[in-house]
Amino acid sequence: MALLDVEDLSVTFRQRGKRTVRAVDGVSFSVDAGEVVGLVGESGCGKSVTSLALMGLLPRQPGIAVEGRADFDGTDLLRVDRRTMRDIRGRDVAMIFQDPLSSLNPVIPIGRQVTEVLARHRGLSGDAARKEAAELLDRVGIPDPNRRLKEYPHQLSGGMRQRALIAIAVACRPRLLIADEPTTALDVTIQAQILELLKDLVRDSGTALVMITHDLGVVAGMCDTVNVLYAGRVVETARRKPLFAEPRHPYTVGLLGSIPRLDAGRGERLSPIRGSVRDVLPWADGCAFAPRCDRQVDACLGQPPQLALTHTDRTYRCVNPVPPAGSPAPASPTAAEPAAEGIVPAQATAAEDAPAAVEDAPAPAEDAPAPVAERATPPAPREEESA
Amino acid sequence: MVGPMTITERARKKAEKLDRLGELSAARDEERGVSLWQEAFRRLRRNPAAIVGTVVLGLFLLVAIVGPFFVPYAPTDTIGIREGLVKSGQGIIPGPSGDHWFGFDHQGRDEFSRLVVGARQTLLVGVVSTLIGLAIGALVGGVAGAAAGLGGRWGRWIDTALMRVVDMMLALPSLLLAVSIAALLGASLTTVMIAVGVVSVPVFARLLRGSMIAQANSDYVLAATSLGVRRSKIAIGHVLPNSLAPVIVQATLTLATAIIEAAALSFLGLGNPDTAIPEWGVMLADAQPYLGIRPALAIYPAVAIIITALGFTLLGEAMREALDPKLRK
Repeated sequence: MALLDVEDLSVTFRQRGKRTVRAVDGVSFSVDAGEVVGLVGESGCGKSVTSLALMGLLPRQPGIAVEGRADFDGTDLLRVDRRTMRDIRGRDVAMIFQDPLSSLNPVIPIGRQVTEVLARHRGLSGDAARKEAAELLDRVGIPDPNRRLKEYPHQLSGGMRQRALIAIAVACRPRLLIADEPTTALDVTIQAQILELLKDLVRDSGTALVMITHDLGVVAGMCDTVNVLYAGRVVETARRKPLFAEPRHPYTVGLLGSIPRLDAGRGERLSPIRGSVRDVLPWADGCAFAPRCDRQVDACLGQPPQLALTHTDRTYRCVNPVPPAGSPAPASPTAAEPAAEGIVPAQATAAEDAPAAVEDAPAPAEDAPAPVAERATPPAPREEESA
Repeated sequence: MVGPMTITERARKKAEKLDRLGELSAARDEERGVSLWQEAFRRLRRNPAAIVGTVVLGLFLLVAIVGPFFVPYAPTDTIGIREGLVKSGQGIIPGPSGDHWFGFDHQGRDEFSRLVVGARQTLLVGVVSTLIGLAIGALVGGVAGAAAGLGGRWGRWIDTALMRVVDMMLALPSLLLAVSIAALLGASLTTVMIAVGVVSVPVFARLLRGSMIAQANSDYVLAATSLGVRRSKIAIGHVLPNSLAPVIVQATLTLATAIIEAAALSFLGLGNPDTAIPEWGVMLADAQPYLGIRPALAIYPAVAIIITALGFTLLGEAMREALDPKLRK
């Protein structure tokens, strides 16, 4: 059984006088120890709400409803009482946030922010805690850790701050780490270093990592399994290589198509996904992506598309998916017959066997500046306004 | 433990490269552990308003502390009447002279000595009443802010209850409130301090509460929560230190108004009944009947009050600027 099994997670925001927003709508995924699972999607698709729900960090208010299951090694993270959850947080499950500056307390030296967690969960204090904190900073690649312990967040560079934040998150050797866009606030060279650090930590400690990102470059460099989210639902799940080699859901195809590529010819234009995340259809009325989709057919409307299972590793939620590479002529966009059964396992294997072609397509060299998928799409509104 | 070692080495190599880059591109703070407060203090030193305010207050402090030991005459000595120089009934109150720099008051006491000795009383009332207001206000505001920001549904209830009380206090005009308290408790020095202190409670409470609620929504609080840190510890260790800046500024500004309010209470006859100890507000009240004969008797204490209040205000404003998070680099 996987370390974390999320089943049918839904988060609903109800506010008087406003439309009910289902930010996360039946998301399921699982993470094994030592595995890196990506949650990918544009702003407002429910990635961050998913992570906050798993951590129990959504405010407990009457208007916010969290449903489903999140089985973490036998404990349902969505159902445990607050006291237990506080013990789990930081010790078994830890989170890395997007903005390292605002996530560190500006008036407290770094050292005390590290030792605070050590005191809380590992009972360390005094010199033992300081020594351990220095070792942690050293482990995440902060030079001269004893000096840094006395410094304040504003004295550290952006990359150093994120390293410090990672040190705090891994201080108690959590079994699950949730990283919510850990590199978005950093510039590209630092991004690569931070990703490398996270990869090393996962490999050496066997920690499971949930990587939340809008950046397909990060996904290509990090993730073993990728879940593509759209309007609160998983629209495609695949291992990394098959996903990049032959994306099946039109949204995934659109995301991949909108990445600026260094090897593109001069004058070649980016192909953004038309419309914005505002143009969604409620899932109850059909496929939420249909209004923006090039492959829309009649069957897209009326009822929500089911997750189609091709083989064990791969699912997508589309009635008219993009045909796999190498298949005969693309299905006519008006064909009502879903092409879900179109995959022959042999083809998938073939794709896996040709990693060069796969890697070259969207994945940047790991240390090179990672292309940011969102730059190509129009700025999307926040989720409160959408969905 | 082969794994961590390799990470360490790899990471360190990268970090060193990064650091060298960093040193080339940007001048980093060389001092270790420069806290926000130290930085604010550095900014304060460069602000002329802060310097003027500090100098004024420094003089005031000096006078208040050592002044009474050096005054030429005892503040209660009715020397002018004894020597036949002052005849208030006939409207004779001599002005400044070589022996009596500011002249005499209506009872023939040396005005300069009274002014100097009065500084101590004024400072005492200002500081103690501000501390009273700060202590109660910070307690109420801190509890309400922590409850509202971190406490969930019960917390919001506590916050609402506390704030309604504070709102009621805010609704009353401050001087009226002070007069009522002073009248209720009977005129004494302690009464003045309590009355003036209580008047500033709602301001401190509201300020700290608002500041804490704003801080409770910040990312570092979410981050600390995500690490399982207890809420009480988050409130005291994380939220409170970040919320104090506006309160400290307000305390400096409140010192100014406290001095004025204490003077007003004394003027209204609700101050220290022991008139042996001069106080600027009392001196102002005493000068009232003689405004037509010797207006300077009112002007001396008035100017002293104004300069002191101005000193505190200048320093307070400068501190507000120095502690403003928007000006932080």
